[in-house]
Amino acid sequence: MSADPSIPPAALSGEVSLPEQLADVEPVRSVRTPIRLEYDFIPGSASSGYLNAFADRKILGQRSPVDGAVFVPPRGVDPRHGAATPDYVELPDTGHVGGFCVTRLPIPGRDDLEIPYVSAWIHLDGADIGFLGLVAGIDTSEVRMGMRVRAVWKPDDELGRTAENILYWEPTGEPDIPVTAAGTNAWHAKQAAAGEQG
Amino acid sequence: MAERLRADLVLEYPFTRTTGPVIGAFLTGLREGIILGIRRPDGTVLCPPTEYDPESSVPLTDLVEVGPGGELMSWTWVDPPRAQSPWDQPHGLGLILLDGADTPMVHGLLVESPEGLSVGMRVTARWRPEREGHIADLEGFVPEGADQ
Repeated sequence: MSADPSIPPAALSGEVSLPEQLADVEPVRSVRTPIRLEYDFIPGSASSGYLNAFADRKILGQRSPVDGAVFVPPRGVDPRHGAATPDYVELPDTGHVGGFCVTRLPIPGRDDLEIPYVSAWIHLDGADIGFLGLVAGIDTSEVRMGMRVRAVWKPDDELGRTAENILYWEPTGEPDIPVTAAGTNAWHAKQAAAGEQG
Repeated sequence: MAERLRADLVLEYPFTRTTGPVIGAFLTGLREGIILGIRRPDGTVLCPPTEYDPESSVPLTDLVEVGPGGELMSWTWVDPPRAQSPWDQPHGLGLILLDGADTPMVHGLLVESPEGLSVGMRVTARWRPEREGHIADLEGFVPEGADQ
């Protein structure tokens, strides 16, 4: 017979015997154990190129020398092959939603995010992987895989060397990408098409 | 060449954990100013208490008071404490075998200098005046007699 996983182990549900002094006091049932890690973040060359380009309203990716796949953000390497990716590719600020999540609960420390909000994998036109962004300017119930979006940028005089320059992604109103060719499916569809041609 | 970029990056998880009855009792004891250990079937006492016997895995339920005095089994000196340390002054960290316990617990040793510490010395708990059910309710250990 297998144990019911919803029932706590005996010692966690059972009675304990206590010294008399503690017999009638309110027991502690929870404890705060916050974890905080402070980093001094210094980007490498690939990330620096990416961040510096943001100041000029440009989004840079890098192209794999192995099969031409375009990665954004660029990390200086094609992680599938361990091949260096020295070549930058300038990408447009349009793409589609590859996948998304509607969040209805507030996150501690992120009072700037008004709930509900939509975080999404944004697949830029010309890129072969998605990167994370917020989707707004549309009711959360209307967001869908394959929906075409464009970046909404901060005003020019507020641009910095940061991905925060993009406030969110809004629908363009163009027809959706079919789900079979959206998000990670896009790469597989492209490979299959290339295989047929070859 | 473009200037080198840098940014502060802080990862913070504001966890609250449920304790269960054993760890909960230990923390309740701290709030009330007493230290609890837990008795094993062979009569020895683990402090801090665990929910299960470390050898036989049987659930343990018999919580008993230990300390507040004990013997310093081993120690090291911390100078300076790190930014997130519970202590803001140089201090010792020791393995303290509390009276009535058979295993030592780690805690701070609140003395002015390492000259104030030696293996085998008697120490006793120093409590914070305001306690909430947390290991930090125990401010640390001081040489026996130091707070009198």
